[in-house]
Amino acid sequence: MNYIFYILIVVSIIFGAINGTLTDVVNSILTGAELSVKVAFSLIGIMAFWLGMMKIADKSGIIKFIAKIIKPVTKKLFNEIPENSPAIGDIAMAFTANAFGLANAATPIGIKAMEELQKHNENKSSASNAMCMFLAMSTAGFQLVPATVIAVLIGIGYKNPTEIIAPTLLVTSTAFLSAIVLAKVFQRLWKPQQNGKENN
Amino acid sequence: MFQSLMNIISLWALPAIIIIILTTGLFKKVPLYETFTDGAKDGFKVAVNIIPYLVAIIVSISMFRASGIIELIGQALSPMLSHFNVPADTIPIMIVRSLSGSAALGVFSDIAHNLGPNDYATKLSAVMVGSSETTFYILAVYFGAVGISKLRYALLVGLLADFIGIFAAVAVCNWMF
Repeated sequence: MNYIFYILIVVSIIFGAINGTLTDVVNSILTGAELSVKVAFSLIGIMAFWLGMMKIADKSGIIKFIAKIIKPVTKKLFNEIPENSPAIGDIAMAFTANAFGLANAATPIGIKAMEELQKHNENKSSASNAMCMFLAMSTAGFQLVPATVIAVLIGIGYKNPTEIIAPTLLVTSTAFLSAIVLAKVFQRLWKPQQNGKENN
Repeated sequence: MFQSLMNIISLWALPAIIIIILTTGLFKKVPLYETFTDGAKDGFKVAVNIIPYLVAIIVSISMFRASGIIELIGQALSPMLSHFNVPADTIPIMIVRSLSGSAALGVFSDIAHNLGPNDYATKLSAVMVGSSETTFYILAVYFGAVGISKLRYALLVGLLADFIGIFAAVAVCNWMF
């Protein structure tokens, strides 16, 4: 991430100077910073709502119940996490919300799942294998119906917008499965987590 | 048929989850109101925790986009990708979709409005945008919320999966449309 951060910023400035877009690049610092705060603050309300709901779900045993049902799958994917940890139930809830395109619920629940995974993490500033797996699965963004895209297609008078669903599903499943396989492969190749000594 | 079924599920999924959670809680004699507010009070803290990570990622990506370098990369890749029947208009989406969801959606809307419903570029970009999640945003929010700054292989795997997704989108669209 150090290199990516450096490259994104320094290359933008140098290229902006050559390309004559330096003013835009400099202005984008302010707009980008403002946007970040807007994004974070827009999360507060919905975050609070779902954290509240998830707490009830947790206390009434729903999360544990879900974790139990999907145990055969998660035992393989998140082998470092104890089987009955609430993290497993949270992860399942996050993916359910994501699959149905409920981004408003998926993000707060995903964050809750990450917090649970952090409890099992030995080095609090470095991502555990389970966290890398969960992040890789989340970024693949498995979704059954791409609602926003379909809305745009309907807007331009696309005759049969649902024909986009099948290919999209095929592609997103491919990406999702590759993310899982890749995360497992890298888990073996990457040097194991050390306490506070890692470089990335 | 599939579409209308999915619409119904999408509409009812949230209300159903909420009813199930509350009803189970009531039966298990969980103090609903207290537990809810107790959990909800962390909402502000989490949102504030995320800010430094979001600023780092959103600002650097905004600068990258403003510099115009994405267009240049697109032009450079265009001759090679045209061999695989990839229209030049869709290339910016491939680059931007891991970086910014709103940008990818914006480029897709432009293509859809300018080229119309029958163009192959519209279909390919629809599949590419619909099948992905913004890797850098998820990374900032999920890892930011728990204060993870050493990513290990997480970003690499996310980006490789995105790349495979693009490859799959091109292959599937070539085959189906």
